[in-house]
Amino acid sequence: MQKFVTHRGIAAPLLRVNIDTDAIIPSREMKRVSREGLGDSLFAGWRYRQGTVKPGDLDPEFVLNQPAYANASILLTGQNMGCGSSREFAVWALKDFGIRAIISPSFGAIFYTNCIRNGLLPIILDEKQISEITAEVTLNPQSNALNIDLQHNLITTANQHQYSFKIASSYQQMLLHGLDPIDLTLQLQTNIDEFIKADQVKRPWAHSIRLIND
Amino acid sequence: MPKQPGLTLFDKIWNDHTVERGEDGSYLIYIDRVFLHERTGSLALSSLESSGRTTRNPANVFCTMDHIVDTHPGRSDNTTTPGGKEFIQVTRQLAKQEGITLFDLGDPMQGISHVVAAEQGIGLPGCTMICPDSHTCTLGAIGALATGVGSSECEHALATETLRFFKPEQMRIQFTGKLDPGVTAKDLALHLISTFSATGGLGCAVEFAGPVISELDVEARQTLCNLAVEFSAFTGIIAPDDKIVTYLKNKPYAPKGQAWRAATKYWSTLQTDVDAKFDHEIEIGCTDIAPTVTWGTSPQHAVSIEAVVPHPDSADEPSEKDAINRALEYMNLSPGIPLNGLPIQVAFIGSCTNSRLSDLRIAANILKGRSIAPGVRAICVPGSTQVKTHAEKEGLDQIFKQAGFEWRESGCSLCFYAGGEGFAAGDRVITSTNRNFEGRQGPGTRSHLASPATVAASAVKGCITDFRTLVD
Repeated sequence: MQKFVTHRGIAAPLLRVNIDTDAIIPSREMKRVSREGLGDSLFAGWRYRQGTVKPGDLDPEFVLNQPAYANASILLTGQNMGCGSSREFAVWALKDFGIRAIISPSFGAIFYTNCIRNGLLPIILDEKQISEITAEVTLNPQSNALNIDLQHNLITTANQHQYSFKIASSYQQMLLHGLDPIDLTLQLQTNIDEFIKADQVKRPWAHSIRLIND
Repeated sequence: MPKQPGLTLFDKIWNDHTVERGEDGSYLIYIDRVFLHERTGSLALSSLESSGRTTRNPANVFCTMDHIVDTHPGRSDNTTTPGGKEFIQVTRQLAKQEGITLFDLGDPMQGISHVVAAEQGIGLPGCTMICPDSHTCTLGAIGALATGVGSSECEHALATETLRFFKPEQMRIQFTGKLDPGVTAKDLALHLISTFSATGGLGCAVEFAGPVISELDVEARQTLCNLAVEFSAFTGIIAPDDKIVTYLKNKPYAPKGQAWRAATKYWSTLQTDVDAKFDHEIEIGCTDIAPTVTWGTSPQHAVSIEAVVPHPDSADEPSEKDAINRALEYMNLSPGIPLNGLPIQVAFIGSCTNSRLSDLRIAANILKGRSIAPGVRAICVPGSTQVKTHAEKEGLDQIFKQAGFEWRESGCSLCFYAGGEGFAAGDRVITSTNRNFEGRQGPGTRSHLASPATVAASAVKGCITDFRTLVD
């Protein structure tokens, strides 16, 4: 998993509420059994004038298509970011496009975990803080980049305003060190075996699954 | 010694599945059942394979084809979904390699994962279940702790039989009063989400309770729990009662004999204790709920069929006002327009929300002896091959076809482009599905969520219609 320690990047405001994962990547754009190469499909319905991926058809109005936000790697969004479908393709598309962090008042729960699992940092700030950051960033997006420091849970703006954020310590460690959660859990193999042994006595019916057509 | 506080239904299942507590307060939870489909399950399986790991307990893992397969009669792997054949074939090959149970094309148990998991007795009360699909919460209706996850988390569950979670906050929603005849779980869910917003249950494990829930049949409960994710809940759950026990008895994968007796004894303990505390409690009076339809692009944009499209000024927050304005523009609607009478081009009955036998019976009851309006395209996609077969035995397929509906094979279908099919830009669709998001059913397609009764009545009239005007 890609580590996240510190990141300095251009932030783009996409301050809509309830941005769903169908909007982040429509089902029709998930064309391969692969996590790679999905960046062109990101926000296909909004980024392209006809609503579907077509080179040369980028909608100049959409924030990520504006020269001021070229190379943006941080998104500022409205609440309930990433709600809807569990498709991890949404996170893979964001990452492939170059997004490393998303700042929102709240996230869809599945999307939040998918971000963590892919080294994309989801940051929760309140709406007022996001408005303040947006006001500063939009004055001059290319020079007013944001600094994100995950070791200290701190965002620093170009004007040295600082915002601290919370993240579970296990997620923080996973991101800082690029840890694989499956490896971490497999270290607890003995605990899992013991649990199952006891559970087979407590709930035998849950462990005896088989097809019986009688 | 102070008395231990009472436990909720959710606490009981959670406690009985806790393998270990992390230092940061997280819980390692044992996962009883994993369900996969070819869209996101393929990614979990291929990632598992490339990591050199294997499925820890294949007996507990099931897979179906629903997201990519097309739903035309005589279908094959050659779906019109771009790249779809690869998803189908990779899933089939890896399912075989891992030794998991696959409900492939042509299998009588094939269907939409959440419909199949319930009707085959795979999801059970007091079990944990995950699927890389957000509507996995559907199985909460059975009394399972079921939640959707991403492909990577699914891979974790395949490799370890566990998942790490933070314990969610808990909410109880008491549904009191009595639903009017014909007003369904779909109307109830849309009413709930429109009243408390699409984030009303944010991150919570939500227990649905009260006399209205007891009255709902098991399939209607699945519709309600299915929509818990549209309320931003971690999951929805309903305490298993006699209806659930009767429903599960003799289901193919349900326990049998001695195991059945042990199971039902355990299930009888799965009730919230009288003195249990919830983080949030809501009560909803149901007596005045009318058939409910969405007008906008979020499930919270729902109103009674007797109401009009709301005004942006009705929003409390500026961000919500912006969202309403965007939705009105996308849906090509103006404030004050009545929903009842709005012309439609398409009517769709299908999806994990509303495509079970009871849904098809309700729709057929309205369609019997009637035809869809000229110019309307109408499609019915049964939720599973078993639902389709049962419906055909009852002659429901004939009613649908004679009314002018297309009668399809089972799958997710036009809920979101499954099978590579979408509706046209500007098409106004009345749909029994779960998401009216921008572009969900096609770029520029305008989706109105409603119950199967409302969809059937609207297909007949050619406009969004209060079905009560078509029944005695």
